[in-house]
Amino acid sequence: MSQPRPPPTSSGNPSAPPQKEPSSSHATGLRYPSNGKTIYHRHLSRSRTAELSQASFAYLFSEMVTYAQRRVTGIQDLEKRLNTQGHPLGLKLLDLLLIREPPRSQSRPLNIITLLHFIKINLWQHLFGRQADRLEKSSDPDAPDEYMIIDNEPLVNAYISVPKEMSQLNCAAFVAGIIEGVCDGAVFPARVTAHSVGSKEEGEMWPGKTVFLVKFQPEVLEREALIGGKG
Amino acid sequence: MSLPPCVSLITHPPIHYCRHTNITFPRTVFALIIINKAGGLIYNRTFHEGGLNKISTNDYLVLAGTFHGVHAITARLSPIPTPGANRNSASSAGTMTRPEPPSGLEVLESENFRLQCFTTLTGIKFLLFTDTTQTNVDLTMRRVYEMYTDYVMKNPFYQLEMPVRCDMFDRKLLSYIREINNR
Repeated sequence: MSQPRPPPTSSGNPSAPPQKEPSSSHATGLRYPSNGKTIYHRHLSRSRTAELSQASFAYLFSEMVTYAQRRVTGIQDLEKRLNTQGHPLGLKLLDLLLIREPPRSQSRPLNIITLLHFIKINLWQHLFGRQADRLEKSSDPDAPDEYMIIDNEPLVNAYISVPKEMSQLNCAAFVAGIIEGVCDGAVFPARVTAHSVGSKEEGEMWPGKTVFLVKFQPEVLEREALIGGKG
Repeated sequence: MSLPPCVSLITHPPIHYCRHTNITFPRTVFALIIINKAGGLIYNRTFHEGGLNKISTNDYLVLAGTFHGVHAITARLSPIPTPGANRNSASSAGTMTRPEPPSGLEVLESENFRLQCFTTLTGIKFLLFTDTTQTNVDLTMRRVYEMYTDYVMKNPFYQLEMPVRCDMFDRKLLSYIREINNR
């Protein structure tokens, strides 16, 4: 991961309010750069130099996990909170990434495969500087609505060791939330969860291997069947 | 805690000299201990079987506490940084504003092993037990410290001052030390 690019928060919002007066910035606790150029002033297509420090992201994410851990009742609850934190990012990133595409491919993904490819390639490239490692469809005939996006070493988990008593937890639930946001934004409502599979098969090679299980709502499959997957 | 009869205390940066020309020791890192700022043992790992005698965890705790005390006293002994001299050197260095804290005991050497101590600015102590002929201990220490900052301090489930139980840290540390020991 030579170019870690943690999720940019709000660069996808072109109609953001203009810069406030310095006096009001004291009230909100936000600080603005002295030249008045906030993140909202940047051009939307600016993508080359938008790299951030992985260390600062690691500390930020660590605090996000600690924050989410407050007053939770269990691991499921904690994962739900992380998921909720990621969801709005996904909604915004869908718009941002589409607008950065060349004009002829700016249309929103219209079938499941295009959507998942968009996530595997564009979204991953933007967030983590590389593509996701694999894309799979569930081989279980009872679950035709389940797809898997596989990341061998998720960037968000780069420095995280989950204690044994919470072994069910995978902090990439945050990334699952982002994926869910993208799916919801593209009108493919889905439920996305993150699962660690590193300890099982080929676990020695990739101990942090994570599967993002994308489970689409029944109406998505129904629509997909009607249009015959053509989009 | 029984130390071999020949023990020398050095409070200055290590001067490398080799006394074991007649015996060829494999160059080895034997063990790592991390002590928190209160003198409690928070990490303890042995890398090389047969390098050091086994002592109980309780003895390791005593060793950590004792070393912490001795370190504190030797730091008070150390006369080097006077406030005036420090300010001068700080201004000449430009960016350095915080004076170096007086360094206490840094190296403890016995016939069979050498203990190098590194104190971070936050008061955590890293103790590395190595073979007496081991070179580049400073570099190894630096790398171990880096791993600590990465895989312990950036881990949301680690509580400050508490024992280090991070799989990722263990894994990276073991593979790094194995690499050194097999060189």
